[in-house]
Amino acid sequence: MAYGDKVIDHYENPRNVGTFGTTADVKERKDVGYGLVGAPECGDVMQLQIKVDDDGKIEDAKFKCFGCGSAIASSSLATEWLKGRTVDEGLDIKNTQIVEELSLPPVKIHCSVLAEDAIRAAIKDYKTKNGIAEDAPQTAEAL
Amino acid sequence: MPVSTPIYMDSAATTRTDPRVVEAMLPYFTEIYGNPGSRNHRFGWESEDAVDKARRQVADLIGADRKEVVFTSGATESNNLAIKGGAYMYEKAKAGSTGRGHIITGSIEHKATLDPAKRLAKEGFDVTFVEPGPDGVYTKEMIENAMREDTILVSIMWANNEIGTINEVEEIGKLCHDRGVIYHCDATQWVGKMPTDVNAANIDLMSFSGHKLYGPNGVGALYVRRRRPRVRLVALSEGGGQERGYRSGTLNVPGIVGLGAACEIAQHEMGDEAIRLAALRDRLEDGITGRLDVVQVNGDRDKRLPHISNISYGFVEGESLMMACKEIAMSSGSACTSASLEPSYVLKGLGVGDDLAHSSLRMSLGRWTTEEEIDFCVDKVVESVTKLRELSPLYDMHNEGIDITKIEWQAH
Repeated sequence: MAYGDKVIDHYENPRNVGTFGTTADVKERKDVGYGLVGAPECGDVMQLQIKVDDDGKIEDAKFKCFGCGSAIASSSLATEWLKGRTVDEGLDIKNTQIVEELSLPPVKIHCSVLAEDAIRAAIKDYKTKNGIAEDAPQTAEAL
Repeated sequence: MPVSTPIYMDSAATTRTDPRVVEAMLPYFTEIYGNPGSRNHRFGWESEDAVDKARRQVADLIGADRKEVVFTSGATESNNLAIKGGAYMYEKAKAGSTGRGHIITGSIEHKATLDPAKRLAKEGFDVTFVEPGPDGVYTKEMIENAMREDTILVSIMWANNEIGTINEVEEIGKLCHDRGVIYHCDATQWVGKMPTDVNAANIDLMSFSGHKLYGPNGVGALYVRRRRPRVRLVALSEGGGQERGYRSGTLNVPGIVGLGAACEIAQHEMGDEAIRLAALRDRLEDGITGRLDVVQVNGDRDKRLPHISNISYGFVEGESLMMACKEIAMSSGSACTSASLEPSYVLKGLGVGDDLAHSSLRMSLGRWTTEEEIDFCVDKVVESVTKLRELSPLYDMHNEGIDITKIEWQAH
């Protein structure tokens, strides 16, 4: 399968690879939201971690990904887009935007869906840890 | 010597045609172009002579009589003719009824065997798809246990195309002959690589293809036994009655000449070639398994073809690994590159877990594979797996002592 230039760029130079500590540490830390989505038997697992400052702003994001080039690119892109947003603004990121940015073909759309799921899972984890209502109102654009 | 990339490590998919084969074929396009069915003129006679010579070259390679060689377009057609043509000939009840006869094949056979067998199952035959053991090998016992009173046909390949494992063909053939059951063997990965004797192996029908043995594409053969027992088939392609009526259609003379030439070269060279390729294969596997943890060579290490290596890499995904190793032309153990995202049914059939079956690569060696290329592949694969494991959340979990099979994953 031929990949788009942006997929290849993210795949060869993935942004923000890493973690904010061991899995056990990160699960305890209140300033970090942890999302783990996908399944090994489906060939994709994404792990996304967001580090949130006192003002509710995502100051850093890290990912790791077991998956194809498009899955790696989708999660790498997600970390770039998350940085600097508030957690609620993070929820504005939609899989369709990822598909568009990376020019993903139809068979790879599930990679972008997984990236969106990872974002939601990480933000949900952060909110749960900090006692913020999960159903916080979303922005108009998101709806 | 520096290697030139991309490196071809997909000879089990198709081989480069040997230039000596091309040389042998060339006159049959523009100089000797008669139809071998034309019995009234020199053009036809010369083509017929060429086909006769090729038939002898093919027969010699497999220990057959030349009258037992039916030329086809390739192993897929040969398999279809053997399995469907054999089933229709030896059926126990007419079309339209059930109980037309029992057929045994393997669950990790090539699709060109599985799909004809599934077709027959829809048409009133009973088909048993036998599962292999975890080593990927089919034994005589497995087939014996599946045998029934009404078994008419067994189709078990000589060696598997994805993992290279070699089945107990001689013993399975003997069992079939003792029970009066027709034995078909898909020997596409075997013929021209390993010594073949259809009589010693008790084979009744055997399929193989030109392009897997350094011959041209679009030509293959079906061996059809003529004595003890005399095997007959219902033709699938009808018309001019060529190839003893089993396969109508004007003969592909240049292709047949090429197949014959490829068989003759193989007969002289395959002995040394197998030794050389096995040593290179071992160098490849030892190099990779010596430098990476959590890797698994799939299939029995000994009962295996010399030129096929299939390795699973834990915690990295196959398609991204192929992308990282773009200088190496190889095949993903999973069909991830196609629209279907299913892991390899062959590896799943061996009991390889879905996670590892997703991360498996087949590298297959050929006549022109060099030691330098093997060393390049080892370095590239090791470097790529290491890089991808730095990205892999699963490898982190493994190193942190988390059992990933215990996590409740959300299948999607």
